[in-house]
Amino acid sequence: MPYIYILPIENDPSPWIENLEKSIHRTFGYYSKLASPDICLEKTFDMKRMQYNSSQILLQMIASPPPDAEKILGIVNIDLFIPILTFVFGEAQLRGIGSIVSLHRLNNKFYGLPEDKELLSERLVKEAIHELGHNFGLVHCANQECVMKSSTYVEDIDHKSVEMCDNCRRELRSL
Amino acid sequence: MKPSDISILIVDDEASIRDALTKWFELDGYRVSSAEDANSALLKLQEGPWDIVMLDIKMPGIDGLELQRRIKKIDKNIITIIITAFAAVDTSIQALKEGAFDYIVKPVDPDDMSHLIRNAVEQRRLFYENRQLRTHIEGISFSDEIIGESPAIKRVMEKVIEVAQTDSTVIIKGESGSGKELIARAIHSNSNRRYFPIITINCGAYSDGLLESELFGHEKGAFPGALYRRQGRLEMADKGTIFLDEIGHISEKMQADILRVIETKQFTRLGGDREIDVDFRIICATTHDLERAVQDGTFREDLYYRLNVVTIAIPPLRERKLDIPAIARFFIKKYSQSMNKNVIDISNDTLEMLVEYNWPGNVRELRNVIERAMVVTKGNLIELNDLSFFFPDAELDSGENIPSLDDVEKAHIQKVLEITNGNIAQAAGILKVSRLTMYNKIEKYQLKKHKNEAQP
Repeated sequence: MPYIYILPIENDPSPWIENLEKSIHRTFGYYSKLASPDICLEKTFDMKRMQYNSSQILLQMIASPPPDAEKILGIVNIDLFIPILTFVFGEAQLRGIGSIVSLHRLNNKFYGLPEDKELLSERLVKEAIHELGHNFGLVHCANQECVMKSSTYVEDIDHKSVEMCDNCRRELRSL
Repeated sequence: MKPSDISILIVDDEASIRDALTKWFELDGYRVSSAEDANSALLKLQEGPWDIVMLDIKMPGIDGLELQRRIKKIDKNIITIIITAFAAVDTSIQALKEGAFDYIVKPVDPDDMSHLIRNAVEQRRLFYENRQLRTHIEGISFSDEIIGESPAIKRVMEKVIEVAQTDSTVIIKGESGSGKELIARAIHSNSNRRYFPIITINCGAYSDGLLESELFGHEKGAFPGALYRRQGRLEMADKGTIFLDEIGHISEKMQADILRVIETKQFTRLGGDREIDVDFRIICATTHDLERAVQDGTFREDLYYRLNVVTIAIPPLRERKLDIPAIARFFIKKYSQSMNKNVIDISNDTLEMLVEYNWPGNVRELRNVIERAMVVTKGNLIELNDLSFFFPDAELDSGENIPSLDDVEKAHIQKVLEITNGNIAQAAGILKVSRLTMYNKIEKYQLKKHKNEAQP
């Protein structure tokens, strides 16, 4: 039976794991498995930018996937970037196996606001479902409410729902 | 316009930048490809049309600025976006002056990148929309040429309005010069497809191979001389109308190909393997008796029934003589403006002569006669002697300047060519001589070929 593997990399999954597993099952119909990955974040650190290269972490995550892994989702709590952009909330391989989401810029603390664990968990679930959606072959959606809408600010994430719109759901079923 | 309709080419010598941008835009649903230097970019640009090119300003070999110049030479409408490091902002400003849409300094904020691409895509969408609207406006600008109060032409117009609202295939039958294309345009411009182009192709003017390439387009290298990918007329007619003039002239192979496209609304470019979906309405026209061609076995019966959903028969001008004065006056007004001449009318006896004539070349012939009379006339009224080139008997009566046999032959061939709109095969048929003889006569008398005659 295939699973969606969740890899909490150097962070404690207890505040968000239950929410995430439920949403993954509701959206994609897969059960999840927690795994402890052997990932070296140091290797992916860029001294000039003081950020971590998300594509390089992804490569480590998917280097030897378990045989029952349908998809592999990494969760980190560090600031991620891809070379052309100043930062990313996460990254996914379109129609691939791996995706990654960072809690770093989803946390209110990053914006100098009081911590809100519930909101952080909600944002993480939205971004994780979004990136997994790419893994299953969906591209960005123009519907403001849809979880597959692209988000460049954290407010965008708060604005959209955790659910897919009817079109994306139909598309997902057909893929 | 869907994101997958937009193609983006990324040119950067840094693999990590190419990779990151490619993945980023693919998630938006765009078609993305990349090139590591200017030479590979130029090769990719020849492979097909690109909407947006993002290019690094600093590259080994040909730099971004020079690459942009070459891109603009290939297609000045391609949107170019410059990728630069902070140190090269001056060069980026130079690139903007030379037509770049914008520039980004790496690393760029994700939101800025999204806005930039959205704006570029919007500009591209407006470009396509503008091109389609322009084609449309050009398409209907002559619709006022359908003139007449005779019951025969009124019946035609009623039928045009009736079929315009449907998506049915229409065959327009009529003699050469009777205005079949005008009727096709009238149907299109009154249909729901009016905001998209009507694309005309004169099937009789092309050899088999050329017609295939014109209709379906071709990929680069599909045949010797196919240096670039080229869109076919069917592709250009997407969401609009394709007008196949002289459908009776096409070969059996083309008949089979056209039947397949009508049935599947799909085709592949010559030398290509990708099925292209198209949505078009077909209107075709013929001077031939297609029913007889079907009986003779020269026209496929299944194609005939596919095309012959609605038939509109345009009466020849001799059967609607009532309309001749109005049509003549319409052309006088039109040419007065375009030739900047103060000709206001035509004399009654000249008009009578025009009405008497049987007009084998129909409205086109009448238009040409009026045009030539407008050139000749000195006053503000077209008189009988302004038509002496057309009714030479009047000239003979004067007993002067009797033309030689060669002059008569030359004038006659010229007239028939005008009637057939330059179609040599048709003119040869009317004159009952071979095509070769026609070519020799044209050569001998230095007659100008009409614009619709395709060159081999």
